[in-house]
Amino acid sequence: MSVLVYTENWNGSFKKLSFELASYAARLAEMLNTNPIAVSIGQVGRDELEKLSKYGIKKTITIEHDGLTQFDTQTYTRVIADLANSQSAKAIVLSNNNTGKSLAPRLSVRLKAAVASGVGQLPEQLSPFVVKKRAFSGNAQAGLELKTEMKIITLAQNSFELVEKPVDMVIEKAEADLSGIIPKATVKDVEIQTGKLLLSDAEIVVSGGRGMKSPDNWAPIEELAGLLNGATACSRPVSDEGWRPHEEHTGQTGKIIAPNLYVAIGISGATQHLAGISASKYIVAINNDKDAPIFEAAQYGIVGDASRVLPRLVEALKKAKSA
Amino acid sequence: MNILVCISQVPDTTTKVKFTDNNTRLDTTGIQWVINPWDELSLTRALELKDDASSGVAKVSVALVGPVSTEPTIRKALAIGADDAYRVDTEALDAYQVAAQLAEVVKAGSFDIILCGIESSDYNGSNVGGMLAEFLNYPSVSGISHLEVQDGQVQVNREIDGGREMLVLPTPFVGIVQKGIAREPRIAAMRGIMMARKKTIQLVDAARVEPLTRTLAYEPPQPRPACKFIDPDNPEQLIALLQNEAKVI
Ligand SMILES: Cc1cc2nc3c(=O)[nH]c(=O)nc-3n(C[C@H](O)[C@H](O)[C@H](O)COP(=O)(O)OP(=O)(O)OC[C@H]3O[C@@H](n4cnc5c(N)ncnc54)[C@H](O)[C@@H]3O)c2cc1C
Ligand SMILES: Nc1ncnc2c1ncn2[C@@H]1O[C@H](COP(=O)(O)O)[C@@H](O)[C@H]1O
Repeated sequence: MSVLVYTENWNGSFKKLSFELASYAARLAEMLNTNPIAVSIGQVGRDELEKLSKYGIKKTITIEHDGLTQFDTQTYTRVIADLANSQSAKAIVLSNNNTGKSLAPRLSVRLKAAVASGVGQLPEQLSPFVVKKRAFSGNAQAGLELKTEMKIITLAQNSFELVEKPVDMVIEKAEADLSGIIPKATVKDVEIQTGKLLLSDAEIVVSGGRGMKSPDNWAPIEELAGLLNGATACSRPVSDEGWRPHEEHTGQTGKIIAPNLYVAIGISGATQHLAGISASKYIVAINNDKDAPIFEAAQYGIVGDASRVLPRLVEALKKAKSA
Repeated sequence: MNILVCISQVPDTTTKVKFTDNNTRLDTTGIQWVINPWDELSLTRALELKDDASSGVAKVSVALVGPVSTEPTIRKALAIGADDAYRVDTEALDAYQVAAQLAEVVKAGSFDIILCGIESSDYNGSNVGGMLAEFLNYPSVSGISHLEVQDGQVQVNREIDGGREMLVLPTPFVGIVQKGIAREPRIAAMRGIMMARKKTIQLVDAARVEPLTRTLAYEPPQPRPACKFIDPDNPEQLIALLQNEAKVI
């Protein structure tokens, strides 16, 4: 018996979310009275793998295979499903990112295992097995019963605290049986921006809306984000207008994020915008309209003109940092 | 080449959701039902491709799993321009049960591209598309932000961490779409609404499939404490609060 957790890597490295997954799987395994096992696909060095043991992972299974260098949903599904069977998994934990979202439903059908996606907490109870998940675009949590023997959970990023619990870990190599699988999609081209903090990974996000008036006014937003080691984001009309790149658009039809701090500047706080950011731990709003709905979602607010408030905030932050 | 767009109906995105029966059910009184925003955009893209003679797309169909009360939503899709529609006559219980029904529709028809949205804005499952692909043993690509069809050749862009990937795909496949697939949803014109009345909605008998999950209760989010307002001339106070009270910077 085991709880299997798929710890994806990025060019051989893990991210904070990998350790959130490990922490979650270790706690879930404890609840289920079984062992947490991490699955790593592709080349990851021993030192990197060892980091998982800090979060309670007792065994890591690594699979390296030429047929797995390119992510292909069908192939990866088969590999993880085979492992879930051979390791008698009671649960499979994945991230709720693009990778996890594409694998979880396929695994569900292949293994006839119920899925809960966008989970932020450990199960509320075990029999029946009930977990809370995001519903109605963040306007509610649903208590979902997973009725099958095997369960699949996708964990929302930055929603589960890292739990340090160092243990001894064994690393095992496993072979993948890819017979009969031919990846169907061929990659023609890849564009990747390196060195930029991804919006989904950022713990602090500074975001601008139509109240910023013009794309030429974004310098203080970028400066503020830089000072806070955060990422920049925007509302939908801002990306629709081409003021900012599409990857920055947060909300129901854009990215759904849950940073520790979200600073909304010149954003009215439409429900569709809040749908993408309401899980943020703290929201700060800067808006010249004291009745803007964003203030209902925010813990801290400044009523004022962004063009006046922002430069002062940047100055004050610089001072605070140098103090 | 034929495209099937799977559509779900969801409460209008500005709805203030409320629950009833001890928070076990959505209170549907006064709710305006709309096509799930992603599905509206998928349909728009499918119709754009059909309009372009060089794509080779001949027909665009829609499928919905739901009771008779969902027909106005299906009519809307027909008015926007879908050629025909399938309705699997059963309550949608969970993603697994819905995907199993849709798989039967696909098997009985002849579709080259099947489009699903990345998530429905109500239950936020993010699951139907991938499940459908596995039921059919078709390839699937998640996070499609662009779909191009030229003489039956399919190319898609997929969002990946920090960038995008361009893929060439064989048909049939299931595409799970997100932002970018189309800019603005196409809306029904008068002529479309008239024509939709003459189009058929094919009724499909439900396959017997048990759902794998059950929603026991809903919980509205915890109300946030009232906003603390800070004097715009004193941003130092905000910084102090973020450092000492919230402890996030
Ligand atoms: C199906 C659907 C999906 C959608 N999905 C999304 C989504 O994912 N994300 C999203 O963001 N939107 C989405 N929208 C759009 C959403 O409804 C709002 O229109 C949008 O969020 C508004 O953006 P905004 O707050 O930047 O602009 P506005 O609503 O125009 O607000 C601008 C704000 O700036 C303030 N302001 C003006 N001047 C200043 C100044 N000098 N200083 C400070 N403040 C100032 C104003 O008081 C106002 O509150 C969606 C809509 C639909 C119908
Ligand atoms: N009842 C349904 N009928 C048809 N398609 C559906 C239904 N429910 C969900 N879908 C499709 O699956 C996508 C994702 O839904 P979900 O997995 O519920 O988040 C939607 O955008 C639709 O394309």
